[in-house]
Amino acid sequence: MKIGVLVKQVAGSESPLRIDSEAKWVDESAVDFSINESDSYALEEALQIIERSGGDGEVVVVSMGPAGRTPKVIREALAKGGHRAIHIQEEAPYETDPFMIASIFAEALKDEQFDLILSGLQSDDLSSGQTGVILGELLGMSTATLVMGVEVQDGNLRAKRELESGWFQWVTLPFPACITIQSGLNQPRYPSLKGIMGAKKKEIKPVSKADLVDDLKPLQDYSNMYLFKAEKSTEMIEGSADEVVDKLADIFKNKIKAL
Amino acid sequence: MDILVVLEGANGAIHRISKEALAAAQLLSKDLEQKISILAFGQNAEQLANEATGFNAEEVVLINDEKLNSYSADGYAEAIMQIVEKEAPQYVLTGYSYLIRDFLPKVSARLQKPLITDVISYKNEGGKILFTKQVLHGKLTVDIEPKVTDSVMVAFQSAAYSADNLISGSANIRNVEIELNADMLKTSSEEPFQEETGGVDLTSAEKIISIGRGIGKEENMPLVKELAEVLKAEIGASRPIVDAGWLPSSHQVGSSGQSVTPNLYLALGISGAIQHVVGMKGSKNIVAINRDADAPIFEIADYGVIGDIVEIIPKLTEVIKSQ
Repeated sequence: MKIGVLVKQVAGSESPLRIDSEAKWVDESAVDFSINESDSYALEEALQIIERSGGDGEVVVVSMGPAGRTPKVIREALAKGGHRAIHIQEEAPYETDPFMIASIFAEALKDEQFDLILSGLQSDDLSSGQTGVILGELLGMSTATLVMGVEVQDGNLRAKRELESGWFQWVTLPFPACITIQSGLNQPRYPSLKGIMGAKKKEIKPVSKADLVDDLKPLQDYSNMYLFKAEKSTEMIEGSADEVVDKLADIFKNKIKAL
Repeated sequence: MDILVVLEGANGAIHRISKEALAAAQLLSKDLEQKISILAFGQNAEQLANEATGFNAEEVVLINDEKLNSYSADGYAEAIMQIVEKEAPQYVLTGYSYLIRDFLPKVSARLQKPLITDVISYKNEGGKILFTKQVLHGKLTVDIEPKVTDSVMVAFQSAAYSADNLISGSANIRNVEIELNADMLKTSSEEPFQEETGGVDLTSAEKIISIGRGIGKEENMPLVKELAEVLKAEIGASRPIVDAGWLPSSHQVGSSGQSVTPNLYLALGISGAIQHVVGMKGSKNIVAINRDADAPIFEIADYGVIGDIVEIIPKLTEVIKSQ
C-alpha cells in the first residue's frame, strides 16, 4: 500500500506568540515549533498499517512550509520510518484558506496515486479542520474524519469514527481513501538512533508552492489578528506556593463555599 | 434565498448546536434584513422540520429522502450541495459538530465556496460581515472575511450563541426533492455504539478537579487523586491525559467528552484549548493553575494562579486536610 501522510509544523502549545506588525500572523522569530499533535498520530498509524501488512508498501511524508524550518519536522518523520518526503516550499505570508491549502496539496500529489492519505484532524494553528476532506474530494478519494482506528477488510478500509460524547461509528470506505486522524488512537514512537542516521540519506523532494497555485484565489482570508479579550475579569492570586495555597483554601471555603 | 440554517438531529429532536446556529441566524437576519430558511434532512427529517416550524423563520425546507436515513458523508454533502446550488443562499449556517466536520468540507470543495469553521461570533462592520474565530491554541483571535458573495458556509462553535434567545414563530414547510442515487455514495456506515459504559458521570458533580498535560508524567497522577479525596471532588481531564492512558476516557471533559457545570471547576495544568473549554465554560466558579501566563484558560477563569501544579497540588492537599 502506498500511503501519504501530511504533517505540519506548528507553534507549540506553550510557545510565546506575538502578533506581527501587519496583524495577520505571529512574529515567527519568537515561536517554538513542533509537529502538529494529531499529525504525529497519523504518521504512527501509517507506519503501523505498513507494518501490519508485513512491511509491504511505502509511507511518503508530505509537508508545506518555509525552507528554513520545515525540514526539521520532515527529518523527524523520516527518522521514525517514513520512506521519502515531499516538501512544498512556501514562504511567508502563509496560506490560511483551507481550500487553497488543499488545492496546493492536490496539485502536488495528483501523480503519486496514493491508496491512502492520512492527516491529523486539524492543525493546532489554523484549526480549520477541513484540509484533509477537501484534498480527498479534489483527488476523487473517499473520506472520513476523526478516525480512531483503521483496518483493511475485503479490499476496503474500515474506519472507526469518533462521534460526540463517547460514541463511535464504523464506516467502510473504498480505496483510494483520505482520512483524518483523531489524537489518541495509538502511541507515537520515538525515532531510534539508527532511524535518525538513516533519515539523512532519504529523499526529500522540494516542490515550489508558486508552481502549484497558478490562478487560484482564496475563498476566505484573515482580515485582522488580535488578542482575545477576556470574557470575565480574573482575580490572579500571587505569592509563594505556600501563600498561594492558603489563599486558595480561603477562596474555596469563603467565596465558593466548596469546603 | 438569504440565510439557510442546516439542522442536525439528536434523538429525533433538533440538536442544541443547531438551535444555537439558528439563534445566530436570527441576529444576522435582523442585522441584514434577510430572510431565514431552515433545512431539515437526514434521519427523522420530518420530525425536525415540524419542530422547526415553531421558530421565527421564513420557511422550513424539508428533504424527505429515505436514502439519507443512514448517514453517509457523500449523501449528506450531495443533499446540501444541490440545495445550495439551486437556491444560492448568501449564508449557510450550522453548528460546528463532529457530523458537520465530516461532510460539509465536501460541499466547500465541490462548489468552491468557503467554509469558515469554529466561529465564535460574527461582526457587522458597516455592512461587511466578518466571522471571528480563535487560532493558535486559542491564544489569538482572527476576523475572517469571505471572498465570495454567496453560499458562504459558517459553522459556529458550541455555545457561541445561546438557544435561550431564540424567537419563536410559525413557519411553513416546503418540500424539496433532490436527486440521489446509490453510486454517489462511496461510504457506508454502521450503527453508532458506545465503547465504555458505566464510567464516571461528571455532569452532576458539584466539584471537579480537572487535570491536563501540565501534570507532566503519570507518576504525578496520585497527587491529583489525593487532592480530589480531601476536596471530595470528581476527577476530570483534558484529552491528552486520556490519550496517554492515564485516566479512562469517561473522565474527559470537552467536545469529545462530557459537558459539565459544577460549582467549582479546578483546572490544573490545562491550557484551555477550545475543545476543552466548550465542555466546562458553564461552570460557576473556574479556578485555573498553569505555569504558562498566556494560557487561554485564564481568559475564562474567575481565579488564576501562575505556577507549577506539581509543587502546588500537594501543598493544597495538606492545607485543606488541616482545615
